[in-house]
Amino acid sequence: MNGPIRKLAVLCALLVGALLVNMSVAFVVSYPALGESQQNRRVLDARFAQRRGPIMVGTTAVATSKKVKDRFKYQREYVDGPLYAPITGYYTYYYGATALEASESGWLSGQQDELMLDQLINNLAGSEPAGATVETTISAAAQEAAWDALDGRKGAVVALSTDTGAIRALVTSPSYDPNLLATHDLDASKEAWDKLTKAKDKPMRDRATDEIYPTGSAFKLITAAAALEEGLVADAETPIDATTFTTKQTSHTIAQRCGGDTITIARAMVVSCNPAFARLGAELGITRLQEQAAKFGFGTKPLTEVSSTASRLYNETAHEGGLDDMQVAMTAIGEFEVGATPLQMAMVAAAIQNGGVVMKPYLVQRVLTDDLKTAYQATPEVFGEAISTETAAALRAMMVDVVTTGTGSRAAVPGIEVGGKTGTFAPEGSERRYAWFVAFAAELDIAVCAFVEGDDIENTDIGGARAAAPIAKAVIEALR
Amino acid sequence: MPTLVVYRKRRGIEAVLLVFSIAIAISGYLLTHLDIDSALPAEWPWAVAALTLLALVAHVMVRWRIPYADPLILPLTMFLNGIGLAMIHRLDLATTVTREDGTVDRMHSAELQLLWTAASILIFALVLILLQNYEVLHRFPYILFTVGIIMLLLPLVPGLGQEKNGSKIWISTGFSSLQPAEFAKIILCVAFAAYLVDKREVLSSAGKRLLGVELPRLRDLGPILLMWVISVLVLFYQKDLGTALLFFGLFVAMLYIATERPSYPIIGVLLFSAAAYAAYVLFAHVRTRVTAWLDPFSDFDTNYQIIQAQFGFAWGGAVGTGWGLGRPNLTPLAKTDFISAALGEELGVFGLAAIIVVYGVLIARGLRAALGSQDPFGKLLAAGLSFIFAIQVFTILGGVTRLLPLTGLTTPFLSQGGSSLVANWVLVALLMVVTHHARRPLVERSANPVVNFAADETMVLEGAR
Repeated sequence: MNGPIRKLAVLCALLVGALLVNMSVAFVVSYPALGESQQNRRVLDARFAQRRGPIMVGTTAVATSKKVKDRFKYQREYVDGPLYAPITGYYTYYYGATALEASESGWLSGQQDELMLDQLINNLAGSEPAGATVETTISAAAQEAAWDALDGRKGAVVALSTDTGAIRALVTSPSYDPNLLATHDLDASKEAWDKLTKAKDKPMRDRATDEIYPTGSAFKLITAAAALEEGLVADAETPIDATTFTTKQTSHTIAQRCGGDTITIARAMVVSCNPAFARLGAELGITRLQEQAAKFGFGTKPLTEVSSTASRLYNETAHEGGLDDMQVAMTAIGEFEVGATPLQMAMVAAAIQNGGVVMKPYLVQRVLTDDLKTAYQATPEVFGEAISTETAAALRAMMVDVVTTGTGSRAAVPGIEVGGKTGTFAPEGSERRYAWFVAFAAELDIAVCAFVEGDDIENTDIGGARAAAPIAKAVIEALR
Repeated sequence: MPTLVVYRKRRGIEAVLLVFSIAIAISGYLLTHLDIDSALPAEWPWAVAALTLLALVAHVMVRWRIPYADPLILPLTMFLNGIGLAMIHRLDLATTVTREDGTVDRMHSAELQLLWTAASILIFALVLILLQNYEVLHRFPYILFTVGIIMLLLPLVPGLGQEKNGSKIWISTGFSSLQPAEFAKIILCVAFAAYLVDKREVLSSAGKRLLGVELPRLRDLGPILLMWVISVLVLFYQKDLGTALLFFGLFVAMLYIATERPSYPIIGVLLFSAAAYAAYVLFAHVRTRVTAWLDPFSDFDTNYQIIQAQFGFAWGGAVGTGWGLGRPNLTPLAKTDFISAALGEELGVFGLAAIIVVYGVLIARGLRAALGSQDPFGKLLAAGLSFIFAIQVFTILGGVTRLLPLTGLTTPFLSQGGSSLVANWVLVALLMVVTHHARRPLVERSANPVVNFAADETMVLEGAR
């Protein structure tokens, strides 16, 4: 019987060998992909259990990883969650990450290529991998001032350093608490998510960078810039036609008493004279207006660190045949279909203050490794030259006049030269009002855009200024 | 002057290896706690003491009753049992919940499994005491066969059988459920051995030749056809391909060894393939299993378990996450059918390969005893018992690692479950008894020793049939 037993032994050896070979083949062929599969909960959980570096505003860590005793090991915690939500974003199990938590994830988690060597050394030393620290450009004082000034109203505030493009304040309201979503209690996270996504006032929308709104008269800065650049208007003292604007195609008219049939463009800016700018816009044409706006950043997503939307003059897909004269004229005064982010309007004011040069906005100043070495340092980048120095100077003077003698007086800060422009937009047949104030503080090299949305705002420039200008003022004072 | 083979007892080696086995299992248990809580549990000396005591009892029993038994089988078995305990405990810890009032609760399957291990060692000792001379088993082939078949088919009795995870291989005994097939496999193995030793001359009579293969006579096909019918019954009514394959494969292998007729395994393979194909055509759940095997990702929810096991292996990689650091509890049934997936995840492909090699060595030692045994009944019994392990390990591990479609066999010694553990310890006890007789000095066996051995540790080449 030994012959068959030997053959049986060979069979058993083959069976055991088949198991080993099959496992080895799978290890080489299919396991590498399965080990990184998004469907593999182990992958998701391990990612969620990272010890991430903090996000800093000044000397305060607004997002930190705290060691906890559960399977995810580190709980992400947000200080002043709603205040900094548009900057930090959230870091969640089910819903991924947003804002800096997403865009800086490589640094925060320590997975960034530049940190490979540090992680390797950490590994060899047996210590846990640690994420890098991300320092933002945000000023806590400006952020808090903007938040307090908004006082729970729907709106957004953006403040920029005009010479660098560094974002000093980025506030959106109403906001949400990222702690509710980042919690390790996944059911609670789900519940919070459902509540927040279904909330009527959309607290998770980033109104500062990711939503576009009709700008109203604030757009006149761009129309004036185009007119001056084009030479349509020689300089600030050139008189322009301020009579009622009409076109042959429609019965719609743009009328306003601006203090005379012809006034200077500077005066037109101070009183925010609609027919004067409408006529300038119609004469320039939509192409020229668009070119000027694009130089300020319209049509481009201005920011990559948090999600942002490109601003627009009109809905190009809906008007493939172009606009009629009245539509162009309305665009020139920020009506019709103009839509801009508060960040974009802050960039316009910043460029005017910065001698016409548009700086690329940024939010991350510096990244420090675990052992405090600088791994990344922001360098200001020029987006482009929107207008000449002369045009910038002329617009600057007009904006200062708006604050000293015109509709923007509520933004005046004693001892500092502040320029600004109001904007108010009321959609036809709606109680909704959009109030803007874009401003710069000359000595501080700061530009601010304050935007408030509501149905209790009076539909005049004064009304818009009443709502938005004090917010800009508060931010400027905080940065003083 | 012909030399005489005298095997050394090697009980000292067994003791040293047992210490290793226990040390590995215990370190798995301790590392789990260190990795999860960074602290050892208060009861750890008790756990060490319990496992050591059990191993000591088994070892002393072997020294007393079967001193010439193979020295590797007990340590290898103890190793598998201990690793299984450690992993079941590790999976228990994954269920830890802290209530609002601060009390901590978790499952206690490992404690229960430790009790089952104790029971198994006691029954192991009992087998050594009662069956020191296994010849007694030779006497009742038909009674044992009837008992074995009844046990095998017991889950088909209405009201007694329970369906779990798609397979009807359990019976309910009021307070707990049992897998009678685990015991049936041993009883039938003994019955086959006894029957085939008596009938092998008849069954190996030559019949017609076909394609160069001598076929058995038609009337001699009776036994294999009977076992085929029983296996088909198991396959169709208990819906378990693994159990059917185990019993039919065992019988065909033993028939082949007894008769030395290659035609039997050929007929066996053909018969089983026909039944498996019929099952594939007739039953939707068999087709589901096959799809789950070939392309699990075609239906994530249905094949969730096998997919999770693959994710676990992939996550563990070559050397594994380490005890307590993986997520084996994400795979359903991680303590029973998929305990090898849990081990693969935390000990890596290397670790699981090592465990498979341990099974391989265990099987090899059993077959070695079959070769060395002088007694045809002992030979058949040892070969059959070893082959049970081989089929069982191959089908369940092959199923979990996607070499084969998944079947519902237990992983010997590793998976949680009392009936399986006790049965496999009985199997090991029988195997060791056979090895004791095979290795015993001939002077102790008979007055006229066989004298054609060359040296120590060699195999019997002649006159061994």
